[in-house]
Order: sequence, then structure tokens, then C-alpha cells
Amino acid sequence: MPQRSRPRASLWRVLLILPVLAVLAVGCFNRTGPSLWGFPFFYWYQMLWVILCSVLVGIVFFIEDARGHHEDDA
Amino acid sequence: MAPLALQPVALVVFLVLFALVTVLGFMGAKWRRGDLDTLHEWGLGGRRFGTLISWFLLGGDLYTAYTFVAVPALIYGAGAIGFFAVPYTIIIYPVLFVFFPRLWRVCKRNGYLTAPEFVRGRFDSRALSLAVAVTGILATMPYIALQLVGMQVVLAALGLQGSGIWADIPLFVAFIVLAAFTYTSGLRAPAIIAVVKDLLIYATVIAAAIVIPMQLGGWAKIFAAVPAAKLTLPVPGAASLGSYSAYATLALGSALALFLYPHSMTGILAASSGRVIKRNAALLPAYSLVLGLLALLGFMAIAYGVAKDPQFASGFAQYKGNFAVPALILKAFPGWFAGIAFAAIAIGALVPASIMSIATANIFTRDIYKAFLRPGATDLQESRMAKLISLIVKLGALAFILGLPATAAIEFQLLGGIWIIQTLPAIFCGLSRMRLRAGALLTGWACGMVVGTAMAASTGFKSAIFALHMGGLLAPGYAALYAVIINLIVSFGLSFLLNAMSQSSGRRDPAEHFEF
Repeated sequence: MPQRSRPRASLWRVLLILPVLAVLAVGCFNRTGPSLWGFPFFYWYQMLWVILCSVLVGIVFFIEDARGHHEDDA
Repeated sequence: MAPLALQPVALVVFLVLFALVTVLGFMGAKWRRGDLDTLHEWGLGGRRFGTLISWFLLGGDLYTAYTFVAVPALIYGAGAIGFFAVPYTIIIYPVLFVFFPRLWRVCKRNGYLTAPEFVRGRFDSRALSLAVAVTGILATMPYIALQLVGMQVVLAALGLQGSGIWADIPLFVAFIVLAAFTYTSGLRAPAIIAVVKDLLIYATVIAAAIVIPMQLGGWAKIFAAVPAAKLTLPVPGAASLGSYSAYATLALGSALALFLYPHSMTGILAASSGRVIKRNAALLPAYSLVLGLLALLGFMAIAYGVAKDPQFASGFAQYKGNFAVPALILKAFPGWFAGIAFAAIAIGALVPASIMSIATANIFTRDIYKAFLRPGATDLQESRMAKLISLIVKLGALAFILGLPATAAIEFQLLGGIWIIQTLPAIFCGLSRMRLRAGALLTGWACGMVVGTAMAASTGFKSAIFALHMGGLLAPGYAALYAVIINLIVSFGLSFLLNAMSQSSGRRDPAEHFEF
């Protein structure tokens, strides 16, 4: 039976929880101020996390890629 | 009430772009040529799409015409709660990164084209696989119908509103075009068309985000025009999580459900490697940014006061809030640009509708036809069956839209989300060697389906939000998420019991001889 030992998923993946927690903590960002370029806080905060999510996923991708975590890429 | 005026300039631009994508759709058959008489090529593009094409294909798949109409419509009507689409489309990317490269690899290694095939192999259970297959088909059908709703609104805004038999002709024509190029080119057609569609969408949204605030005197003025009650979520009272739990569970539940839909699964499995999927998890959020701006078109429509304009009265009477964005586009842009924007939305209906019908056809062919009806089916028989099913599925969606009120499609789509998430335990947990039992997963699935449907029924199928009472605390939340939690508890609990009972019998878990 194929029981190859695989490198375990990297700890860096913990970073991926951050955007999820950040946008689920609704009570923390449900307000209008401070506003940015006319956008109330509620809106620009969540838009900002779109960018941060992309950056965090990119960081994890590059770190794993450099360390040779190619097990899922076959 | 005057009927909506014909928009000649917009209509010409719209028709030219529509003709362009029709040609592209048929040319798709010759692109990266493969044997379209095999399901692997017709229904999965030969698993050859690299990072860029996958980006367009998945973007075209996830951000649909209905999204473009309904999300701003929700913001326009209900305010801040509609913005849950943004956290939803943030959470999907960590989920995509963690789970789906692995699913891609397992499916590639075993030659699977669909999720139910994976479930059948992994748990060695035809019954569980059938449950996943039927859930996928049921959840996708109303989704296709909703794409046609999105298209209907745009056609009406262009002034194409005949009466009697003429009323449905434009939709019918668009539908025939869609069915024909899907039939001949398979997944290659939506992949190519998605490129055009997304370029048009980006142009429209960026123009709207720059031009309309300029016309209205800046973003601050737009937000100032919105009633305070709509600008943020209502603060919950004592002993209730109110709108906060509703917002968070809607985002989380929708995100978990998204990639379980057959059409997103097809988009993912068509990638050329797991790396392509990981890269896309970092690159696809660009669409979420666009979606966020697009959602705010709802507030722009409020600031513009489109609902008070008599020329749009009949549009709002028929399509309610869904007419807000088309009305805004007609008011804020010159005719030629309105044509581009409407073409973007209509083509934005073609791409997902095509992928959805292909995904449904793949599932029917592999997991019902080949699994139960004709086990020895050849490649040619498989691909013929899939092409036929792709037509039948679309006919069903058309009949749905023409025969039933639009609210029926919306209610069924709401149920579809609650149903599709019930396949989560089998698919996500199946990616590990967890000793889950097929019978337990099937029982969990059945419990989730019944409980979720009952929760939706308790709101008269009007809302996906179920008012959960936990002790003294009220936690209104997305029924899909609550139902899948019950599903998980049953699946894990029953598996634990069954494993404990059969410990001495020397039973081997199917995971032991499955190639991950």
C-alpha cells in the first residue's frame, strides 16, 4: 500500500487563519469612523483585508514553494 | 407607467460584444486541441489550464451575473448586511489554498472528473457517492436559472421588452447560443469567453468607481446620502448576537459551501497542477476587491435617487431592487458604455451557466449513468451522454425561469446553498485518512439535509437566517452552517461508535487501500 511519508503542512499556514478571524469579528469593525477617503470604517476595513488576505496567501505560497512543499502539486 | 425605453446605442454595442463571444465560444473547440469525444477533454478541458486561464475561469465561475445584480441590490435594499459578500470572498481563499490542491492531486492520480467519484473511491460506497451527486445536481439547477434572471434584468434595461410571445424571445436566443457553444466546445468555451467577460467587468467597475463618485461629489457624499440605519449593521440588544452572528455565519457558511458546488469543483479540477490552484488562491482576491466596489453601486444608486426617476418606474415595479444597478448604469453613463456594462453582465451569465451545465453533465454521466446504468460505457458514449445532459439541464433552467416566478428560483437557490454544504464532511474529511464510516457520513448528510431544509421552511423559504436559541442567548445565523454542524456531529459520533464496535472484527478501512 502506498504509505509515502509526506512532509507535514508548514506552520506558516497558521497565518491563513488571520484574515478569517479578522472578518468574522464583526463587533470590532461595525462602526463608521475613522473613515478613509470618504469610506466608513466598516467598508474600508473589510476591503483592506481582501488585500491582506492575498498578501498572506502569497507569503505562505512562496515560503512553501522555496522549501519544496510540492507534495500536492504532482 | 411607461415601458422602459429602447436604448439603441447601448443595444448595438451589446449585440456586437455578444456576437464576438459567440464566435469565440465556437472557436474554443479548436483551442489547445483535444479529442472532444472524451469526457476528460470536453468536460474538464483536458486538465490543461495554467495559472492565467484558471484565474479567468474561476473568476468567471464564482463572480456571476446574478452576483453583479443581486449583491448591489441587497446593499441598495438592506444596506450593510449585503456587504457580507466581501468577507465571504475573503474566507474562500484560505480554504482554497489548504484543501483543494490536495483534492486536485487525488483526482488527477485516480482519473476522477467529479467530487462524487472521489467520494466513491475514498469511502468505497456507491450510496454515499450517489447522495453527493444528487445534492450537487439539485443545488446547481436553480443556480443556472438565476443566471438567466440576471440576464433578463439586463435585457429589460436595454428596452427589449416585447409583449406576449415576443417577451421571452431575446432570452431564448441568448440561451440557444449558450447551449450550442457549450455542446460543441465543452469547458474550453467558457474558459475563453471568461477572459472577455472579466475584462469588460473590470472596465465597468473601475469606470463606475471613478466616474460616479466624481459626478456625485466624492465617496463621502455617496455614503452621506445613505440612511444611517443602512450604513452599518444594527447593534444587537442584550442576550442576542443579532445581526453580528447573522453576518459572520453568512460569510463563513457561504465560503465553506462555495467550492463544494460542482461548477467550482470543475473549475478547480481543470487546472494543470496543484501549484496553479495555490497561486490562484493568492491572485483571485483581485475579484473580491472588484466585488466590494460593485456592491457599493447599491449605495450609489441610492445617492443618485434612481428609484424616483419615472423612466425606470416599470423596471423597479417588475424587478424590484435588482433593477437598481441597470438603472444606475443608464443614468450615469453614455449609451455606448452602458452597452459595454450590460454586455459584461449578460456574458457574466453565460460563463457560469455554461460551466454549471458542464459540471452537472459530468456528474450525471460519471456518477449516475456510468456508476449505475451502464458500467461499461465507452469514452464516446460518456461524452455523448454528457453533451445531451448539458442541453437538458439548460432547458430545465429555461423552463424554470419562464414557467415559475423569479422568487421561486431565488428560494430554491437558497435551499441549494443549504444542501450543497452537506457534502462537506465527505469531501473535506475524505482528504485525510480519518476513519470515517460511509454509513455514518450518509446518516449525517441526511440529518443535515432535513434539519437545514426545516430551518429554511420555518422562515417560509424567505430567508437563510435561522433564529437559533441557545439557552437564554439568541444567535440568528445562516441555516447552512448550523445544519452542517449537526451533520458533522452525527458523522463523527456515529463513525466513532461503529469503529468501536467493529474493533475486533479486523475490518479494514477503505482509506488504507486508497491512493491519496
